[in-house]
Formats: sequence, structure tokens, C-alpha cells
Amino acid sequence: MLEIVKAVPIDYFVYLCTVLFVIGVLGVIVRRNAIVVLMCIELMLNAVNLLLAAFSTYLSDAQGQIMVFFIMVVAAAEAAVGLGILVMIYRNTKSTDISMLDNLKW
Amino acid sequence: MQTLIPLIPFLPLIGFAINGLLGARLSKTVVGLIGSGSVLLSFILSVMAFMEVSATHHPVESQAYHFLSVGSLHISFGFLVDALSGWMMLVVTGVGFLIHVYSFGYMYDDDGFCRFFTYLNLFIFSMLLLVMGDNFLMLFFGWEGVGLCSYLLIGFWYTNRAYNHAANKAFIMNRIGDLGLLLGMFLVYKTFDSLHFGEVFSRLQTDPVETGVITTICLLLFVGAIGKSAQIPLYTWLPDAMAGPTPVSALIHAATMVTAGIYLVARCNGLFSLSETALMTVASVGLATSLLAAFIGLRQNDIKKVLAYSTVSQLGLMFLALGMGAYTSAIFHVTTHAFFKALLFLGAGSVIHAMGGEQDIRNMGGLRKHLPITFWVFLIGTFAISGVPLLSGFFSKDEILAHTFDHGGVAWWALASFSSLLTAVYMGRLFFLTFYGAFRGTHEQEHHLHESPATMTIPLIILAVLSVVGGLFNLPHIMHTEPSQWLAHWLSGNGLNGQPVIPAIEGHIEASTEWLLMGIASLVAVAALLYTYMTYTKPQHVPLPDEQVSGLGKLLAEKFYVDELYDAVIVRPIEFFSRILHYYVDVWAIDGIVNGVGKGIETLGGQFRRLQNGNIEYYLIGMVAGSIALLLTYFL
Repeated sequence: MLEIVKAVPIDYFVYLCTVLFVIGVLGVIVRRNAIVVLMCIELMLNAVNLLLAAFSTYLSDAQGQIMVFFIMVVAAAEAAVGLGILVMIYRNTKSTDISMLDNLKW
Repeated sequence: MQTLIPLIPFLPLIGFAINGLLGARLSKTVVGLIGSGSVLLSFILSVMAFMEVSATHHPVESQAYHFLSVGSLHISFGFLVDALSGWMMLVVTGVGFLIHVYSFGYMYDDDGFCRFFTYLNLFIFSMLLLVMGDNFLMLFFGWEGVGLCSYLLIGFWYTNRAYNHAANKAFIMNRIGDLGLLLGMFLVYKTFDSLHFGEVFSRLQTDPVETGVITTICLLLFVGAIGKSAQIPLYTWLPDAMAGPTPVSALIHAATMVTAGIYLVARCNGLFSLSETALMTVASVGLATSLLAAFIGLRQNDIKKVLAYSTVSQLGLMFLALGMGAYTSAIFHVTTHAFFKALLFLGAGSVIHAMGGEQDIRNMGGLRKHLPITFWVFLIGTFAISGVPLLSGFFSKDEILAHTFDHGGVAWWALASFSSLLTAVYMGRLFFLTFYGAFRGTHEQEHHLHESPATMTIPLIILAVLSVVGGLFNLPHIMHTEPSQWLAHWLSGNGLNGQPVIPAIEGHIEASTEWLLMGIASLVAVAALLYTYMTYTKPQHVPLPDEQVSGLGKLLAEKFYVDELYDAVIVRPIEFFSRILHYYVDVWAIDGIVNGVGKGIETLGGQFRRLQNGNIEYYLIGMVAGSIALLLTYFL
């Protein structure tokens, strides 16, 4: 099994995850819809997860995959909280546009 | 007895604390009882201490608290009850107690009644520290304390601006003198390596010190005495100090605080006796002040101002006595002066109380019928201060004049006698204008006239009795009565280290000369009083209103324009410099820097707050940029 997976060089995994992560970051910065922002955050986290799983397989070290478990748990909790905040934002501003939240300024 | 000695000053301090902190909630009677009672207890303890010193012929020393030790300087809160301080303690607490009782009646209707007794007790505490201290620093504590209390009590009715100015004037002039006292103390320490009276005066005997140093020390200490005891040039605060309530004038500016300077010189008589220059300076300043103040007093129309200038003049006489080496005579005159001056001031207070606050003698007259007790005690006081034979003032003043004749010669004696003549004249003028003739006030005032209550008249009567018999303390030898010169013997008794506190001096004049001098003085006094009786009981000699006074009379009434001179030469330049410093250094430079720092930070903050623009995308970009920068630092 390991040989099949090792047929794909580790570099490709690194490139893939980097691209996914950067797309996530750009999404968080650029997009105005709060739901899309949350999705991009999940994208960033999953990119990291993928990378960790890949390295774990290539180095035959289970620690990587254990860390993935932790990250997934935290991501789930954080998504729940984020959606809760999203619901409150909608209730107060009747929209999911995060650029409407600009009162805390000088 | 030794352990009870610290109680003597601390009982009034406790009275001060209780009245100060709780007095507002206590009834007036209780406040008065605490205030007067603490002084009475101090008086009783002082009498006990006096008896012990008298019995054992040895001073009582008591150390309350070790204050500091720096190098070879060891200072403690120590008390010394020897012949001189024991006597002063009796005068301070005795007369102080009578004035406390008087104040109960005089200040009863005043809102600040409790505050008054608080300050009075603080004053007695400070004055006792001054006379009981066994080293120069304790004396200085008391010295400053009485200066402070003087300020508080002169400006007692603090809502009046003029009274506040008077209080400031008193305190500031005192402080000018205090500089001299401090410098003198420093020089004493440098020369004798100690500030303790016993050590200083014993080292004076054993190690010779150059006369120049001694003279400097004495002159510096005398500068302090000039400020505290109102001599030329620092006397102008005392007449202004009459702004305070009359018991204050009686206690502080007649009987006790102003005698602190005399006490200082008498205590340091060992130092002064070694310097002829210092003694000459003291005598000259004293005589000059005595004459100047007597002249001014001749034309004053406020009952208290006349008495104030009289105090300055009598203090001048005391300093003359000190300068002539007659330290005991000076202390004797301090004692008798305390009696009759306090009597005169309290009597004046009684008159003012009866007149509903009027103090101008041109609006009084004929009060003899309405205020009988006040009339009689004021009569006794006037006769005593003028030197009418056999009253207390006669003996003490005569002793001063005799020693002046002996030590200084005819010229000094003549001038001093002239000052005594003027004393009799201005006091007679005051007395006859106030109590004889027709009443010159308004009808309302006439209806209001009433004799004072018992709390005021009883101290007056006691002081009157003391003014009459006070001469017994130091009868001259030539009268061949026993005991004679009791006070002189007492003061030459054993001090620390077995030395006499004030060595007895030899008089070199014959008995016949002394009788002659006494006779001349008596004649002068009686003649002056007769002259004033005949002049001032007649309506045409009532003093003119201020606008109509001219010539020499105006010069005297305006106090020789000394205050105006000080104002022009000293006060205005200082105020001018103060304004310049205020504008350039304080406002322009210092405020500029401090405010500038504030403004700078405000501007900087103003720029920084633009980061908070509410734009979430902006914040997110910031976060990302920041994390990238952080990561880069690991690789660069």
C-alpha cells in the first residue's frame, strides 16, 4: 500500500496544499459573504490536514494523523461557534455581508 | 517627678487632639473644660516640678524620645527643668490658664469656638516645648510651632482678607528671623559639636573659642530674637497682629510668644557675656525699638494698637536690660509684663465686648460708670506699666533703669527713662480717653454697654492682684525687706553641671544713687499720669478723625511710614521678580514642556487611531501580513 502512495512524490502534496491554503486565505480576505469566509477557513484547515496526513504516510509516523484528529475536532467546534456568530450578525444587520460591521472605529 | 515631666507639654497636646478631632460634636462647656483643664493640669505639674527643683537645688532632666543620631550629633526630645525654664513654665501655664478661662466667656458666641481652643492648646504645647527643651533643636521646634499658632490665631476670622494678610505678615517676618536662628544653631553645632544646652555651655568653659565666632553666633541668634520678639526692623507684624481675637493678643503677643526671644538670649547668657559687641547690639536695638514704638503709640487710636506698640516698646526695654548684662532683670520684667500686659489686653477685650466690637477710643469715653470692674483692673494695669511706685512694673522697670545707669552711663539711662515717660503718657492717654469724659459713641452702643461675665472678670481680677504684688518677686536690696532679690537668687541657682543658670551680677551703684534714680522714675511716672489726666479728660483734646491729623502727629499716627517703606523697597521688587519668574519660567518654559509632552502624545495617538477604521477586510489583511512578517523573522 505504502509503495502505491509513495508513487506520488511528496512535492506534489506540498504544492497542492499550499495552493489550497492560499486560496483559503485569499477567500477570507476578499469575499464579503460571511458563510463563504467560514468555508474558506475550513478550506485552510483542511489543507493543513491533508499535508499532515501525507507526511504522516510518507514518514510512517502516526503522529501526523493524530494531530489531524485534533485539528478536525477544533475545526468542528470553531465552525459551530462561527455559525452561531453568523446567526447573530444576521439577526442584527439582516444581511451576511461582513463589511456592514464597521461601527467600532474612531 | 521625672516621668511626669513630659506630661507637662503633652497634656495640652492631647487637649488639642481631642478638641480638634471631636470638638464639633462636644458641647461648648466640655470643649472649654478640656482646653482650660489641660493647661491647668500642666500648671499644677509645673508647680510640682518647681518645688522639686527648689528642694533638691538640681535641675530635673527627662528624655522622652531619642530623635536622631547622625555622626556626632545626638538629638532627643529631652526636657530640662532648671531655674530659668521652671520659672518660664509657671508664667506660660499660669497666665495661659487664666486666658483660657477668659476666652470661654469672650469667644462663647463665636462659631469657631472649638477651633479657637484647639489652636490655643497647640500654642501652649509649642511654647512649653520651647522653654522646656534641653537642646537648641527642641527650642526651634517650639519656636516654629508658636509661629504657626500665631499665624492660625491671627487669621482666626479667616473670611476677612485683611486679617489673612496680617497673619501672613506675622509668619513671614518670623521666618526671616528664623533664618538667623538656624544659622546661629548651625554655627553652634560647628563650634561646640553639640546642640545640647548643658554640653554647649560646659564646653564653653573648658575650650576657648575665639570672640569673633562667639559674636557671630550671638548676633545670628539675636536676629532670630528680633523676628520673634518684634524689634527693629522686624516689628511691624505685631501691631497688625491685633487682627486676631483679643485673648490671642493677650496670650501670644503680650505674655508668651514674644518673650521667646528674651528667653533665648537669657538661656544663652554664657555666650552673650563673652561678646561685648553682641551685647551692645542687643542693647542698642532694644533701646531704639523702645523709643520708636513709644512715639508711635502716642498717636494711635485703636485700643489694641496702642497696647501692641506698648508691647514692642516694653520688649525693647527688656532687650536693653539683656544688653546691659542684667539678664535677671529682663526675666523679672518678662514676668511682670506678662501680668499687666495680659491684664491690659484682656481688659481691652472686656471694653470691646461691651462696646459690641468697637475698638476706636475716639468713640469711647466715660466707660468708668458702666464697666466698674474693667475700669478698676485697667487702672491697676495702667499704673503698673507706667511704673507707679510699689506696683510690680515699678520694681522691674526700675531695676532695668538702675542696671542701665550702672553699666551704660547717664546717656543710656536718660533715653531709657524717656521711653518710660512716653509709656506713662500714651498709657495715660489711652486710659483717660476710654474711661473718663463723656461717652462719644452711638446710642445703640450706649444701651449695649454691660460689664463682662464672671468667666472674663475673674481672670482680670487675678491678673490685677498679680500686677500689684508681682514686685515682691525681686525686691531691690536697698529696700531692706526680706526676701529681697528672690528671683535673682532663684535664677542663679544650680543649672546643669552645677553652673548657675544666670549668674548674679554685681551692681556698682551706691544705695543713695539708686534711691535717687527710683525717685526720679516715680516722679516722672506720676507727673506723666497727672498730665494725661488733666489733658485727656477734656473734650477738646479728644484725638481728631484721621483726615484732620497733620504734621508731626500725622507722622506718628502713620507709624513713621515704615510699612509703606517696606512695601516699596522689599515687597514690590519681590512681587515684580515673582511675576517675571512666573511668566517666563513657570508658564512659558515648564508648562510649555509639560503641556508639550501631552500634546505630542495626543498628536501621535491621533495618527495611530486611524488604524481603527472599522473595515474588516483591512483588519484581516493586517492579520495575514503580520503573520507572514512573523514567519519571515524565523528565516531571516
